[in-house]
Amino acid sequence: MSPEHGKKTLVIKGIGVSPGVVIGKVYRFDPLDVQLSFYKLEDLTLIPQEIARFKKAIKDSELELLKIQENLKKTKITEPLYIIDVHILILQDKKFISRTIKYIRRLGVNAEWAVRMTLDHYKQIFEGVQDVYISSRISDVQYVSQRILRNLSGEKKEIVWAVGDGVIVVAHDLSAADTAQMKMDKVGGFATDSGGRTSHTAIVARSVELPAVVGLDNITRVARTGDDIIVDGTSGLVVVNPYPDMLKRYEEKRLLYSASKEEYLKYAKLPAVTKDDYKVQIGGNIEFVEEMPSAITHGVEYIGLYRTEFIYINREELPTEDDHFNNYSQIVTTKDLLWSTIRTFDLGGDKFPSSQKQPKELNPQLGLRAIRFCLKEAELFKTQLRAIWRVGALGKVKILFPMISGVEEIREAKKLLEEAKNELLAQGVKIASEMEIGAMIEVPTAAIIADKLAREVDFFSIGTNDLIQYSLAIDRANERLTYLYEPLHPAVLRLIKKVVDVAHDAKIRVAMCGEMAGDPLCSLVLLGMELDELSMNHLAIPRIKKIIRESTLQESKLLLKKAMSFNTAAEVRACVHEYMLERFPGEFQKEED
Amino acid sequence: MIEIKTLKLKNKLGMHARAAAAFVKIAHQFKADVFIERNGQTVNGKSILGILTLACPHGGMLILKTEGEDALAAMEQLEELIENKFGED
Repeated sequence: MSPEHGKKTLVIKGIGVSPGVVIGKVYRFDPLDVQLSFYKLEDLTLIPQEIARFKKAIKDSELELLKIQENLKKTKITEPLYIIDVHILILQDKKFISRTIKYIRRLGVNAEWAVRMTLDHYKQIFEGVQDVYISSRISDVQYVSQRILRNLSGEKKEIVWAVGDGVIVVAHDLSAADTAQMKMDKVGGFATDSGGRTSHTAIVARSVELPAVVGLDNITRVARTGDDIIVDGTSGLVVVNPYPDMLKRYEEKRLLYSASKEEYLKYAKLPAVTKDDYKVQIGGNIEFVEEMPSAITHGVEYIGLYRTEFIYINREELPTEDDHFNNYSQIVTTKDLLWSTIRTFDLGGDKFPSSQKQPKELNPQLGLRAIRFCLKEAELFKTQLRAIWRVGALGKVKILFPMISGVEEIREAKKLLEEAKNELLAQGVKIASEMEIGAMIEVPTAAIIADKLAREVDFFSIGTNDLIQYSLAIDRANERLTYLYEPLHPAVLRLIKKVVDVAHDAKIRVAMCGEMAGDPLCSLVLLGMELDELSMNHLAIPRIKKIIRESTLQESKLLLKKAMSFNTAAEVRACVHEYMLERFPGEFQKEED
Repeated sequence: MIEIKTLKLKNKLGMHARAAAAFVKIAHQFKADVFIERNGQTVNGKSILGILTLACPHGGMLILKTEGEDALAAMEQLEELIENKFGED
C-alpha cells in the first residue's frame, strides 16, 4: 500500500445487473446526508423568512418535476408518467404544506428539520395502513421530501459533472426522473443501495451498456464524491478506494473485458456452424425491450425467450391487451429476427399489481405460478394470449408455455389459445395466420413424458435453470445448497438427452433457453446432444458462436458420450473441463481451487 | 349547498395512486370543499396523501361529500370518475 493512500479500501457485494468493469470517481447523486443541516432558529423573527424559503423550495421542486415530465414525454421511456403527477400533487398537498409550516412556526426549527418531521409523520401514518400497496407509497412522499430538501440546500446539480467524464453515479436508488437529468455520455457506471434486476437503474444501465451493481445496502454511506471506485457489474462487486495493487488488477481486468468483447464481436454476426456443417440456431433471452439493440449487435438470430413478467410488475394496474401488444410489437418488429418466442407469464399471482388477495406462499417456486396460475385466471391469461395473436400479424411469433408438468396443462392452454383466437376472429381483428406452440421442459415430469408432450406441441424449449433445481430438489436461493446446483450432473444430462431424442423422434424442434445454453464450458456437450437451438443472454453469444464454429459435431458427440459415462457430477465436470481447456486453450482457465 | 353520496369503488385496484391523482385533479377544479369518509375517518378530497391513507380497496364503500356553491357539479364529476372506474379496466 502506498503511503499516500490513506483511505480504507472497502469491497461491497451487491447484485450485478449490467455486466462490465469500470473504474472511476464517485459522484454521489443524492448528497443529502452530507449537505443538510438541522437547527433551531436563533430568533423567532426568522420564522417568516424560513417559511418563505420552504415555499420557494416547494415551488422550485414543482417546476423541476414539470420540466422532467415534459422531457420524459419526448423520450421513449416507458416508465409511467403519472407517478410524476402523483409527486406534483404531493407537493401541492395543502396538508403536507400546512403541517410543515406549523412545525417551523410552533417549534422554531429550520425548514429542513420541519420537512423531515412531516415525512416522519407520514411514515407513521402509512406504516399503520394494512394495505401493502398503499403503505409502500411512502416512497413517493420520501422522494418528494428529498427533492424539497435538495432544493433547500440550494445545491446546483450541474456541479456534479465537474468531477469529470466517466463518473460513477452512486445513489440510494434512481428513478426515471433522476436518470432523465443525467448526461449519459458522462456516466461510466452505477452503484446503488437498493434495487434489483428490474429496478429502473438496472434497465437504464443495460440499455446504455454501462456496468451497474445494485442492492449494495450502504454504498451511499461509504462512498463520497471524488472517491476512487470500481464497479464490476459482471460479478456484482463494488470497490471503494481500492488500494494500488488492486486498482492495477482491475485495470487489467477491465482491459481484458473490453478487449475480449471486441475480439468476440467478430463472431456475433456469423452463423453457428460446426466445421462438419452442423448448424445451431442462436437466439437471445430478452427481458426488456431496452435490451434489443445490444442483442442485435451481439448476434441474436431470433428471440428464443421473451420473458413477459416485466409487463406485470413495476406497475400499479393490470396491463391491458394493448399494453401487451405495444410491448411485444417492439420486439417482434425488430429487423433481421427469424422469429420471436413469447413466453407467457411465469410468476406467481403475488407479482400482480392487484395482488393483496393472493396469500403469501411458503414455497413460491413450487406454488401457484406460471401456467398453473394462468389456467386458473383464464380471463387474465387470455388478455395476454389475444395480444400474442395480434402481434403475430406483425412478424413471426411463437408462443411458449412455461412450467408444463403434464399433458392436461398443455391441452388446457391450447384450448384457451384457440378461444382467444376465435374471439379475435369474430371481432374481425387482424391476427397471425398460424402460430407454433411450444412447451417449456423444466419440470422433471415433463421431461420424463416428453414423448407424450411432443404430440401436443410444435417445439420444446428446455429451461435448464428450473429443470436442474426441480430435479435436484434444491432451492437456488439457498446459498448453502449452491454446491448441489450442477448442470453437468449425470441425471440432468440424461434428462436433456432424452428430451432431445424424443423430440427428434417426433420430428419437432428442440431448443434450450436456460443459463446452461450460454455457458461456454457446456457448448460441446450440448452440441453433442444435437439441440436445434440455443437461446441465451445475448452478451454470451459471440463467444459461444466462436466455440461452435471451431468445433465439430463428431467430436462433440464423442465428448458427450464420454461425459455421460461417469458416475458423479464432479467427474463429468472434470472430464469436460479438461477437454475444453485442451481444445480451446485461450478460452478457458485452469480451475483455481 | 351540500351534496352527500355513498359510492362503491369498482375498479380493480381500489383507490391507488393513479386513481387518487385523478380524483384530486378533478376536485381541484372546483371551489367546493370535498371530503371523503370511510370507516368513520374523514379526509380532505383535495389532499392526495389524505386519500391514499384511507386505503380504500376494490369494492370498498365511501361517503363523498361536497360543500360549496359548485357542490353539485363537483359531485357529478367525481361520481362519474368513480363510476367509470377511473377510466381503467
